[in-house]
Amino acid sequence: MVKYIGKRIIYMFITMFLIATATFFLMQTLPGSPIASYSKLNDTQKAIVEKKYGIDKPKPVQYAIYMKNLAKGDLGTSFAFKGKSVNDLLASRMKPSFILGAQAMVFGTIVGILLGMIAALKQNTFWDYGSTFFAILGISIPSFVFATLLQYYVASQWHLLPVGLWNDGWKSSVLPSLALAMGPLALSARFIRTEMIEVMGSDYITLAKAKGANGFEIAFKHAFRNALIPLITVLGPVAAGLVTGSLVVEQIFAIPGIGEQFVSSIMVNDFATIMGTTLFFSAFLIVVIFIVDILYGVIDPRIRVAGGKA
Amino acid sequence: MKNTKWLLLMAMTLVLSIFLAACGGADEKEEDASKDGSKDDNATETPKKEDGEPDAEQILNLAESAAIPSVDSAIVEDAVGFNVLNNVNEGLYRLDQENKAIPAMASEEATESEDGLTYTFKLRDAKWSDGTPVTAEDFVFAWQRAIDPATGSPYGPFMMSGTVKNATAISEGKMDKKELGIVAKDEKTLEVTLERPVPYFLSLMSFGTFYPQKEEFVTSKGDAYATNSDNLLYNGPFTLTDWDGTGGSWSYKKNDEYWDAENVKLTQINVNVVQDSATAVKLYKDGKLDRAGVSGDLAMQYSTDPEAVLQPETSVFYMKFNQKKLKKEETPLANVNIRKAIAKSFQKEDLADVVLANGSLPANFLVPKDFAFDESQKDFRDISGDHLTYNVEEAKEFWEKGLKELGVDSLELEILGGDTDLSKKMDEYFKSQLETNLEGLTIKLKEVPFAVRLELDDTQDYDIQISGWGPDFQDPISFLDLFVTDGTNNLMSYSNKEYDKLIADSKAELALKPQERYEAFAKAEKILLEDDAAIAPIYQRGLIFLEKPHFKGLVSHPFGADYSYKWAYISGKE
Repeated sequence: MVKYIGKRIIYMFITMFLIATATFFLMQTLPGSPIASYSKLNDTQKAIVEKKYGIDKPKPVQYAIYMKNLAKGDLGTSFAFKGKSVNDLLASRMKPSFILGAQAMVFGTIVGILLGMIAALKQNTFWDYGSTFFAILGISIPSFVFATLLQYYVASQWHLLPVGLWNDGWKSSVLPSLALAMGPLALSARFIRTEMIEVMGSDYITLAKAKGANGFEIAFKHAFRNALIPLITVLGPVAAGLVTGSLVVEQIFAIPGIGEQFVSSIMVNDFATIMGTTLFFSAFLIVVIFIVDILYGVIDPRIRVAGGKA
Repeated sequence: MKNTKWLLLMAMTLVLSIFLAACGGADEKEEDASKDGSKDDNATETPKKEDGEPDAEQILNLAESAAIPSVDSAIVEDAVGFNVLNNVNEGLYRLDQENKAIPAMASEEATESEDGLTYTFKLRDAKWSDGTPVTAEDFVFAWQRAIDPATGSPYGPFMMSGTVKNATAISEGKMDKKELGIVAKDEKTLEVTLERPVPYFLSLMSFGTFYPQKEEFVTSKGDAYATNSDNLLYNGPFTLTDWDGTGGSWSYKKNDEYWDAENVKLTQINVNVVQDSATAVKLYKDGKLDRAGVSGDLAMQYSTDPEAVLQPETSVFYMKFNQKKLKKEETPLANVNIRKAIAKSFQKEDLADVVLANGSLPANFLVPKDFAFDESQKDFRDISGDHLTYNVEEAKEFWEKGLKELGVDSLELEILGGDTDLSKKMDEYFKSQLETNLEGLTIKLKEVPFAVRLELDDTQDYDIQISGWGPDFQDPISFLDLFVTDGTNNLMSYSNKEYDKLIADSKAELALKPQERYEAFAKAEKILLEDDAAIAPIYQRGLIFLEKPHFKGLVSHPFGADYSYKWAYISGKE
């Protein structure tokens, strides 16, 4: 297991290195200069400013310098936010995004699992159709539509929660989290329902029933655990979906998160910030996928992540 | 099978109910409003307050469309930054409620030498927010810092070169910054020497780049200077608080050390970054904002709202006709008749009222309305008149003449525009107008992000470009200077010797003759538009805001910073 984890961590670093390299060179093809006022500067100033930001050097040298600093954890200086380090920039923006993402993930999967279980256990009843319908809505409607609907009804019309901004404590986070949670919720519900129905029909469940185990015990102890495996597989992509969803949802609720930062940095060619946010998002996803892989082993002993002989 | 049908029915009912609910929403809102109204009428128990009397609580809530990139007055280059600076710091002059530059850090009107080259300012007894006095040295330091090429100030050289003595040489690194034409005669006297007489010099003194900075403070903070609200000193009506340097919110607090603090009524202003106009409107309707900008498609929807206010701007938008593609090869637009035909072939009133519908005015000019005035306070627009007005018959004549001169019977041209919804709508309008009115013309549209457009502009890789300009100081030259031969913003290979001479004269022998100078400007504008049709004016931008009736006294400025909150107050909110 330790060997496996060690190997995975090395792969993670290689992946990050490749992403950093690809982003760095792709970014150079963006049209325009990262210095917004470039046309206002005279040649002397241009030379000095370019030297200050290190963009006067040839691209391979810039790349080497960037990677060297990256290894030290230094993401460089933002062009748009004069003289501020990208590390600080991300740190101050990370909190709202993280809270929203975590809440959406936790709420979405838990409610989704419950819905899925109800649907499976009460197969072909009103509950089943209801939760299926709900899940289809959740999968097919993008999160920003939910965001707008929630904002309009819950906030603008019924005044139950704030319309937007990040200045009202936990209340500010409810609606955006709910909007983001719809995706994971729907997906979990679908997966759990399908798996549970399949598992509930398998021989060992019949055996458990024959042994006289009660319904609750069967559902949770025997069926649920097995039904979780495919769900965990999709949690990685779901987390990726949350990241992209948050770009729009943060804007709708005017939340100063990292998604907003990412979009605006691309608009102004803020190379260092684009690199920083891309790497941050990548690292986040790689770690999530890693955790998911480790979880397999915990939930299902049959899966040996270490690849040992069967 | 039966189940699927049932499911389908349920799905459709639900979807339908969402739509119905959405439609019903509007009525509910109106009902709510009328309920609120009657509530107010019945509220007779509370003692009635005098109209316009400020409330006890003076807290304002505003939204900005972007975060603050910097508040270092030498570095600031964006609208948000300049707006913050104008409210937390103060220069020698400040724009007043009528947008006239009046002494601010200066205690009285500056004395100007006979030749218009030397200005002497007396400073008032004003204090920084740390309690130390604002001195003449603070101005000398700030100006020298802004012109020093090592600072990389975008506006320092832009505003000072050719104006303040030796600025050009210093900004090119050929002279020491100590040689800049600004000297502290004593602690409270400042003497500024200019390269040439600059008739609008005093209005420049209200611009952020010319604000003072305290050397001791700037040096002690080093690279951290102005990177958050604690690393900055304030000498204006408000201080900046709760700004972490990159965050999406900040506040202004009344600055008790400000010399005119008794006339500042607001105690606090909370600002949040709200990029999405629709969100801003919802926050406004929910009472979380006292003012919200309404842009794009929303503008049309809210233009009749009782709380909508029109705010005319001084930005003018026009078509740039590129005469040499990639600065080499002549385009069909090098033909003056083709240019005139295009410039006169689209209806500007409909564009402004129906397509843009945001309070913009049709423009038959380059220098905007309500912006520059002569000595007798006459608007430059009344001196110069209209040019290149819409006229299809004339456009068609020019078009045929132009085609004959080029020896072709059809042309394909590209319009380069922005990628916002509104610019795309506008481009479609141009395409339909131009293709309908000018036979044989095919228009291709190219819509790109701003940074890309700047690059295509820089390399002159376009035919027709939709472009705009907002002034940096209050003088027609801020616009007319753009199109002199080899001007940095010309970038379309336009050149007219007579035009160049008029602009050059206005900076030299006419500098001290205001009336003749304005006449020269009027003549130059006529050459640029009527005679040469170098550009085709489209519209002068307007903005629509929703503004709460209790928010009073906000002053918006035609150049430099957008707003002053100094005189704003809340009245009748409670």
